[in-house]
Amino acid sequence: MSYIIKGHKHDWEIVIGLEIHAQVISNSKLFSGSATAFGSDPNTQVSLIDAAMPGMLPVINKHCIAQAVKTGLGLNAKINMYSVFERKNYFYADLPQGYQITQFLHPIVVEGLLTIDMEDGSTREIGIERLHMEQDAGKSIHDKDPRRTFIDLNRAGVCLMEIVSHPAMHSPEEAGAYVRKVRSIVRYLETCDGNMEEGSMRADVNVSVRPVGDTKLWTRTETKNVNSVRFMMQAIEFEAQRQVEVWEAGGEVKQQTRLFDPDSGETRSMRSKEEAHDYRYFPCPDLLPIELTQSYVDDIKATMPELPDAKKHRLMSDNGLSAYDADVLVAEREVADYFEIVAKGRDAKVAANWVISNLFGALKGAEKGILESPVSAENLGNLLDLLADDTISGRIAKDVFEIMFSTGQDPAAIVEEKGLKQITDTGAIEAAVDQAIAENPEQADEVRAGNGKAIGWFVGQVMQKTQGKANPQAVNKLLRDKLGG
Amino acid sequence: MPPVASRLILLFRKWSNKMTKPNELTIADARDALTKGDLSAVELTTSCIQAMDGAQDLNAFITETPELSLERAAQSDARIAKKESRGALEGIPIAVKDLYCTEGVLTTAASHILDGFVPPYESTVTENLRNAGSVMTGKTNLDEFAMGSANVTSHYGPVKNPWKLDDGKDRVPGGSSGGSAAAVAAHLSLGAIGTDTGGSIRQPASFCGIVGMKPTYGRCSRWGTVAFASSLDQAGPMTKTVRDAAIMLQGMAGHDVKDSTSVPMVVPDFEAAITGDVRGLKVGIPKEYVIDGALEEISEIWKKGAEMLRDAGAEIIDITLPHTKYALPAYYIIAPAEASSNLSRYDGVRYGLRVEGDSLDEMYANTRGEGFGDEVKRRILIGAYVLSAGYYDAYYVKAQQVRSRIAEDFNTAFQDVDVILTPTAPSTAFAIGEKMDDPIVMYMNDVFTVPASMAGLPCISVPGGLGDDGLPLGLHLISKPFDEQTLFRAADVLERQANFTAQPKGWEINR
Repeated sequence: MSYIIKGHKHDWEIVIGLEIHAQVISNSKLFSGSATAFGSDPNTQVSLIDAAMPGMLPVINKHCIAQAVKTGLGLNAKINMYSVFERKNYFYADLPQGYQITQFLHPIVVEGLLTIDMEDGSTREIGIERLHMEQDAGKSIHDKDPRRTFIDLNRAGVCLMEIVSHPAMHSPEEAGAYVRKVRSIVRYLETCDGNMEEGSMRADVNVSVRPVGDTKLWTRTETKNVNSVRFMMQAIEFEAQRQVEVWEAGGEVKQQTRLFDPDSGETRSMRSKEEAHDYRYFPCPDLLPIELTQSYVDDIKATMPELPDAKKHRLMSDNGLSAYDADVLVAEREVADYFEIVAKGRDAKVAANWVISNLFGALKGAEKGILESPVSAENLGNLLDLLADDTISGRIAKDVFEIMFSTGQDPAAIVEEKGLKQITDTGAIEAAVDQAIAENPEQADEVRAGNGKAIGWFVGQVMQKTQGKANPQAVNKLLRDKLGG
Repeated sequence: MPPVASRLILLFRKWSNKMTKPNELTIADARDALTKGDLSAVELTTSCIQAMDGAQDLNAFITETPELSLERAAQSDARIAKKESRGALEGIPIAVKDLYCTEGVLTTAASHILDGFVPPYESTVTENLRNAGSVMTGKTNLDEFAMGSANVTSHYGPVKNPWKLDDGKDRVPGGSSGGSAAAVAAHLSLGAIGTDTGGSIRQPASFCGIVGMKPTYGRCSRWGTVAFASSLDQAGPMTKTVRDAAIMLQGMAGHDVKDSTSVPMVVPDFEAAITGDVRGLKVGIPKEYVIDGALEEISEIWKKGAEMLRDAGAEIIDITLPHTKYALPAYYIIAPAEASSNLSRYDGVRYGLRVEGDSLDEMYANTRGEGFGDEVKRRILIGAYVLSAGYYDAYYVKAQQVRSRIAEDFNTAFQDVDVILTPTAPSTAFAIGEKMDDPIVMYMNDVFTVPASMAGLPCISVPGGLGDDGLPLGLHLISKPFDEQTLFRAADVLERQANFTAQPKGWEINR
């Protein structure tokens, strides 16, 4: 499914590369002991190091390195045993040191590969150029005062992973799928919470266009800090369209940094190449190079959970799920964990069906996430057990589920309390069948005359008499025996 | 060395003759007197404070801390009385270069841009010294951000060398640790701490006729010391004797988890390494340190130094350090590069000077324009230039390659010798105002000290004698990484052989 922009002169294709900034989950910052919690009062999580007081020195937080290595492994990438922190020099009020400590020539992770899942069930592989670690800057707050800018340094020094893709995506959908996949993996790994609203995951989007068939890269623009998948896709669409119009009008797209405005859905120029900083990178002399050993990497590898792709393949091959169902179930680690509990020792297809149709439907209606589900995975499993051993019928199961969803109760307790156990005693069912036939002689005759539809009507009658508890198969069989339908 | 007791008797005889005041003691002697109870820390500190009062003209201190030092001296006396002495430095007055952040005490780096900056924290080195019982007498003057070789770039004015000649001109004390050197030479404190990036301890020690020692890079923590060039900066003692330097370094050194470049090694007993015996010690004389146009007196003192060590039983060996001539130019790329980045934090946003402007960029320009002096600006510009796109490979990368070659030169040389002897500085102290027109002439002051800095090696300047003009000249010893013990042993013997007893002339200590 290719995404082509029809111009007057050419058909145009988009080329997209993404730089995702993912905030590392860690209790303290990359080079200081300050806390990292989101939403704290301004400037309450700032150490002498974060504020760049004279003589202060960074000390690497080893946990952050482990997180980056883990993420690299999750992205099927190569871990560099030798990597270096460098200084990226520029002045800004929320950058206390006057430089950002980042990785430049020797990043910790290179050459990754990510499989993205498209809506139509197809997959594509997107190359990842590198993952490097860096410090976040603080926050400048311009809208509190007409004349002054306030600075909050809580975020200054928090560890980010910058994950840089190759310019290998060609539609907003692919870019969206890529971000969702990265998000899924870092959440599985618990290396980033993937929360785009709080800014713990944000993307810079590089976009260029070229006539279909051309293989070289045309001038790109970089759109900064897009904070949702939807905005990113909008920004790409807008930017690609804008560039096509510029080229087709005989103009030239300028290499620029642009900002996305969520209100208008447009991008606008922030600075041109001529205004670009010369960052004067050089190795940070306060820090030693990071030197890892293979056994260190192997130890981290051993702690890795099963990742979405592997899980998806297992669910398809071992449990016979469809690609679509498997995709839906593995995308979020919490959903996958929930499903695995429900499906354990049970029919996986039935479990998948209940989770995807019944549970998701109910959660969507209640505007709840999986973690807030009133029905625990254990209880949903118990419900499936009651269904499987014919304690309740499928119809009753749906009623029980509704009660579970509103009360959070154990299904066995609900069945017991409401007397919903399926009647499997043939004698009791036969009595109800006989009664129904006796009460409705005309309809009985119709069935005997060969009207198959009427037998369904009789099943309804019997179920009514048994408050739905009769085993439908048994009812059907008895009716057919007695009415010869 | 004569037994301590007989030396003390001599010492007290001097006192009784009003010859020697407590502030004129060495650290080792003061330690013994304090331990014996012949002297109190308060008396000793008071004597230093009086000397400082009489030495205002030297401008050696930016901030004097008499109340604080008397308070700490009293605490030392109390500990000594309770037999809870913290060791060799208990009660010893030490002057601190104003590059070390000191809790609650103004810290300026001799720069306008740090106006009013009072750190809420204490640097690791000064903390270590405090924990060892020493008493800080004040914060000494220096070249702005330690950039200079004459202590003339300080926002607080130049420091005068206590050594004077009859020509009426004031001499520079060297730099950047000029205030510390002058303070020790004029007996304003028993010892001082300096910092050395390319020679900032050793060259002023040479100019002021004292001992100045730079340990191996990584031996002392840099935490809390205002950074100039991070990969070169190292703390070190400035003292009257080699033994005192060993005692002081003991109180300063040690691994610090807050500095990733400090080395997790046990600190050996430096004073114990001073045995007075250099028989069989191999001393290298690098031929590349013979410089075209060098002063005759420099080659003379160097030759004399080698003879003195030979006389004491050392073996003198000619060696080669082929890349020496590239050290200074490479240093003046790497140090400014790091400095240009290190000094970015002085932006008027959070502390120190702020000069308002109509925009953020204008505030930066105004603040840094007014806050930094010319030499600092020059180095920031050089540093930014050599790091900029298109020049980085030609300058910075090349300079780092040179640096590796220099370290290799030393490694190779140290396969054959234990220490290397060179002159410390290319001249005696020059007059304030000289060598100011051409920065390169000023940079040449570091020509003998920079190579060891580039290789991170321990090194020391010991007074070797007087130049033709009657001003002191130092001799410079370099040893293997983390072999400060051999360095102290050799330096002590050199010191004895040189028997440098001259005191600043024309400078009258407040007796």
